[in-house]
This record gives sequence, C-alpha cells and structure tokens, in this order.
Amino acid sequence: MAQQAIPAPTGAGGVSIDLIDNHLSGQDLRQTRNTWRRAFRRDWRLYTLAALPLLHLALFAYVPMFGIIIAFRRFSPGGPLIGTEWVGLRFFELAFSSAEFWSVFWNTVVLGGLWFVIGFPLPIILALCLNEVRNRKFKRTVQTITYLPHFLSIVIVSGLILQLMRRDGPINAVIGTVAGWFGGEWSPHIFMQDPTWFRPIWIISEAWQTVGWGTILYLAALTTVDDQLYEAARIDGASRWRQTWHVTLPGIRPTIVVLMVLNIGTFMAVGFEKVMLLQNPAVTAVSDVVSTFLFRVGVQAGQFSLGTAIGLFQSLIGLFLIISANTVSRKLMGSSLW
Amino acid sequence: METSAPDIGAIRNSLTQVKDTPGAKTFRWLNYFGLTLLCFVTLYPFVNLIAQAFSSDAAIRTGQVQLWPVGFNLTTFQGVLTHGLFWRNYANTLLYTIIHVTVAMFLTTTFAYVISRTQLKGRNAFIGLAVFTMFFGGGMVPSFVVIGFWYGLRDTIWAVTIPGALSVFNLLVMKSFFENFPKELEEAAAIDGLTQYSVFTRIVLPLSKAVLATMTLFYSVAMWNAWFGSMMFLRDRNMMPVMMYLRNLIAGALAPTEVGDLQDQAQIGANIQAVTMLLTVLPIICAYPFVQKYFVSGVMLGSVKG
Repeated sequence: MAQQAIPAPTGAGGVSIDLIDNHLSGQDLRQTRNTWRRAFRRDWRLYTLAALPLLHLALFAYVPMFGIIIAFRRFSPGGPLIGTEWVGLRFFELAFSSAEFWSVFWNTVVLGGLWFVIGFPLPIILALCLNEVRNRKFKRTVQTITYLPHFLSIVIVSGLILQLMRRDGPINAVIGTVAGWFGGEWSPHIFMQDPTWFRPIWIISEAWQTVGWGTILYLAALTTVDDQLYEAARIDGASRWRQTWHVTLPGIRPTIVVLMVLNIGTFMAVGFEKVMLLQNPAVTAVSDVVSTFLFRVGVQAGQFSLGTAIGLFQSLIGLFLIISANTVSRKLMGSSLW
Repeated sequence: METSAPDIGAIRNSLTQVKDTPGAKTFRWLNYFGLTLLCFVTLYPFVNLIAQAFSSDAAIRTGQVQLWPVGFNLTTFQGVLTHGLFWRNYANTLLYTIIHVTVAMFLTTTFAYVISRTQLKGRNAFIGLAVFTMFFGGGMVPSFVVIGFWYGLRDTIWAVTIPGALSVFNLLVMKSFFENFPKELEEAAAIDGLTQYSVFTRIVLPLSKAVLATMTLFYSVAMWNAWFGSMMFLRDRNMMPVMMYLRNLIAGALAPTEVGDLQDQAQIGANIQAVTMLLTVLPIICAYPFVQKYFVSGVMLGSVKG
C-alpha cells in the first residue's frame, strides 16, 4: 500500500506527503480536527470563560510544580530564573546526610502518626454519640457549639493555648485548686517550655478544634443507614452495642474509608502552622516538623534548592501514601477515593 | 375512625423504640453528660478569653481569672483601639478579604460552570488538571520562589490574595451544584436565543444564590484567618493583615509596650493579647450563628460527588 502512495509526482513533495497522510490516517485526523473545530465553534464562549481559571491554575499550581526543577539546579535570587547549572541529586544528598533533617522527619512521622491514630476515630465516636441523642434541640446545640472552633484562625487557637497554658494561666490555677481539694500541692508548670508536653498539647488542641466539624460527613452518612436493618437486628435480639457494631459501622464504612484515605494522604503535612506558632527553642527537639524546617531553611535562610528538594521528598511521600492507601482500601474494602 | 391515619406513626414508633434496658439507660445519661461536658470544654477557652480581656493585668498575672472578669477594666480596649498599626492591619485584612473573595468567586463560578457542562469537549482534561493539584503541588519553597521572584510579587498584596483564589474543593462543590441544575431551563433559554454568557449570568447565577453565598463565606473565612502567606511574602508591618499583627504580638515580635500608652497603667502582656484576640475573632463569632448552616450545606454538597 505504501508503494502505491510513493510513486506520486516527485516534483510536488508536499502533495505526496499529504497523500500518505490521507492514506494512513487521514480519515481519523480530519474527523478529530473537525470535531474540535465544531466544539470550539459551538462552545467558544465556554472556553473563554475557562481561560482565566486555567491561567490561574497554570500560574499558581503548574508553574510552581515546574519550579521544582530548582531542586536539581543551583539557584540564587536575582540570577537566572531557573538557576545556573545542573547539580543532579546533590541537594537531596545534602538533606539526607543532615541529622537535623532526620530529626524533623521523625518528628513529623510521630506527630502525624499520633494524630492519625487518636484524631481519626474521634469524630466517628462523637458522631455515634450524637446519633444516639433523641432530643433534637440538644443535638443541634451540641453541634453548633462543637463546630465553632473550626472557624477560628490557627493564630487565635495558638493564642488561646498559650494563654491557657501560661505559668500563671487558668489551667495551672485549676490544677492547683483541684490538688488543694485533695490536700496536694501543685507548683505551677511552664507547659509550653516542657518538651514532654508539646505533643499532648498539640494533639488535644487539634482535637478540640476539629472533632465537631469532622462529624458532619459521618452524621450525613448515618442518616442513610436503613432503619429496617436496625429493626431486623433488634428482632434478632441484638443489643445496642451489637447494632452499632453490625449495622451502623458497616453502614458508614464507605465514608470512613474515603476520609481515612484522605487523612493518610495529608499525613506528612501535619498542621505545621500551629507547630510554628506554638514552638519555642526549649521544645524544638520534639516539635520541629518538616514543613517548619522547610520554612526556616528554604524561605527564611534562602536555601531555595535545598528547601525544594526536601519539599519534593515530602510531597512524593504524601502522593505515595495516598495512592497506596487508596489501592489497599479498594482491594480490601471494595471502596476507595477513585 | 378518626384516629386511623395519624396513629400509624405512633404505633410504629412504639414498636421501634423498644424499652431501654438498664444498661442502655445508663449509657443515655452518660452520653448526655459527656456531650454537655464536651460543650463546656469547647466553650471554656472563649469564656476565659472574654474574662481575661476585661480583667486587670494584675488579676490575670495571679491566675485569678477563670470564667468572670476580675478587676474589671476597659483601658486595654482603649489602648488597642487607639493603636494605629492595629487599625491599619485590620483594614488590610478587610481589603485583602474583599479582593480575594471577588477574584476567587469569579474564577470558581466560571470554571465550575464550564466543567459542569457534560457536552463540552476537553471537560475531563480540565477536571483532571484541577484535581491533580489536590494531590501534588510545587510545595512551599518553589511557590515562594516562583510567586515571589519569578513573578516579582513579593511585598505586594497580590501574593497574599491571588494564589489561593481557586480552591479545588470549592470548585468541585460548585460543579456538583451546577450539574444538578435543571437542564430544561437552560435549554429553553438557549432556544430563546440567549448566548452561553447570558445563560450563565442571567439564568444560572441568579438561581444559585445559596451556593454562591456558601462559597463567599468559605473564601471570606479562609482569607480572614490567613496569616502564613503574609508571613512568607510580606515584610512591611504596615501591609500585614491583622492576623499577623496578632501573631507578632503573641510571638513577641511586637512589644506590648508599643500598643498605645499603656505602660503607665501596667496593662501589658496577657491582657493586651486577650483584647486583641477578642477583637480579631469577634466578626467570626458574631457571624457564626447565622452562617453556620451554609457551611454545613456546603460540606454536604461537596460530599455528594466530590
């Protein structure tokens, strides 16, 4: 077939190429060209509406992604935009050989892991408790109150924590009073300066801020559990606990799985803003996480390439975690995020 | 005869609500008790904050302030409210929020509308481009370099207001809202000769007020509470939003003695922080009871298809 196309007039090369094109895939090509043209003719107004949002995505999401290139290049502000020369994996080696990096890395894993283990089940438990409440007014009041902290800036939350935990603050006063009742003594403790208290305070305050809001999706899922299942379970003689275990929890499993996958994906990005606001030199050994380290090294100290390398390592772990969590949950549970 | 229909529900209730066993009764009371306790724990920091804001610094320093002001005074309020930088930063927050919300609402509604049109060619590519950024991004340092140096937006208000102006979560919420829009209305409008622009601005948007309000609130709260972008990109104290003012006060980067002429009255430290926090959080707390249901509906809407 190709031989038939080639003997076309040699003088007009363009024509012969066109012929080959037509012969091989011309039909398909023309069709796709036409449908795109038709789509554009019909919907050009929609495409123009999408232009600015796409530009925004390009400028503020995809160009920074391209900016990761400076992890592999020497870069200094004021110099060429994409750096001066390739340095390969030098900055990764630099990061991995630094003790401070591994220290913040493990702090992140510990804080993220603790928060996942403690923080993930809390909204489920609260939602189950709320679900048992029959007085609707009471239920709504609890919801309204527990949702509130979600809307506060981390700056405010941190300010509240620092205020409560001060040496002369209310928490020390309360503990002192309670200790007094039992004839004990309490010498005011400076919680925020004590490394052993940093993680508990971070986790308790995070629970305080997020537990109420976290129930919304579970409560919505709970309303979709079929009442007949409960009736059937009751007729079979199932107690409240067994109903919860065998009917309620399986009923909201898809929601649990999806939120779990999402939570695992953000594992490495543990609420670093609060760490940044709460930490002080006395506790950095346990408090400093990858993102706060990144800010100090990569932004404030201006080591852009090193910071980018560490950040890339962090986001790749996040991506890997969410993909594997999703795959595992699809295989084991049959439900997944995508 | 007359009680035939309405009683079915009651009978069904009495059948389904089996009498509690003693254990279940105990659980119910414990549940009520626990939830009440949770409410107190949740509210305690706020109540304490208000009490501290109206107390004298001496009372705060000796740990006397719990739920009620001790040594009532308003001088700290006067001090903070007459501090020029506080007002300037507060005004900045207001300005940044307005700019951010305007840009964000434009970008989100237009893009959500476009990707909600199922017949549009390239739609899946657009959705993919947006969703991918939820799972992977340049990260903190490349964003700082690209936005600050490549685009030269460092120390401008644009670096603070524009980069976060397209939240993919909000985008997906709006998209699922537009997808559930009755097709017939738009088809009828198109037959009447309206262009796609007019269908969008004259039919779709006026009928989406609830979701537009929800999105506006989402973006407003996010920007009102934001501080980290300013911390990265801004260096001039006069350009900072009020959250950075508060952060500097808490972190000790802004000395309490700079706030007003309060040194004389020993109104320093804790009291000033409490007052500033209260004034900063006030708009959120005041608006909260009225707008809470919009937020909840927004989250639910997102869960349907997001």
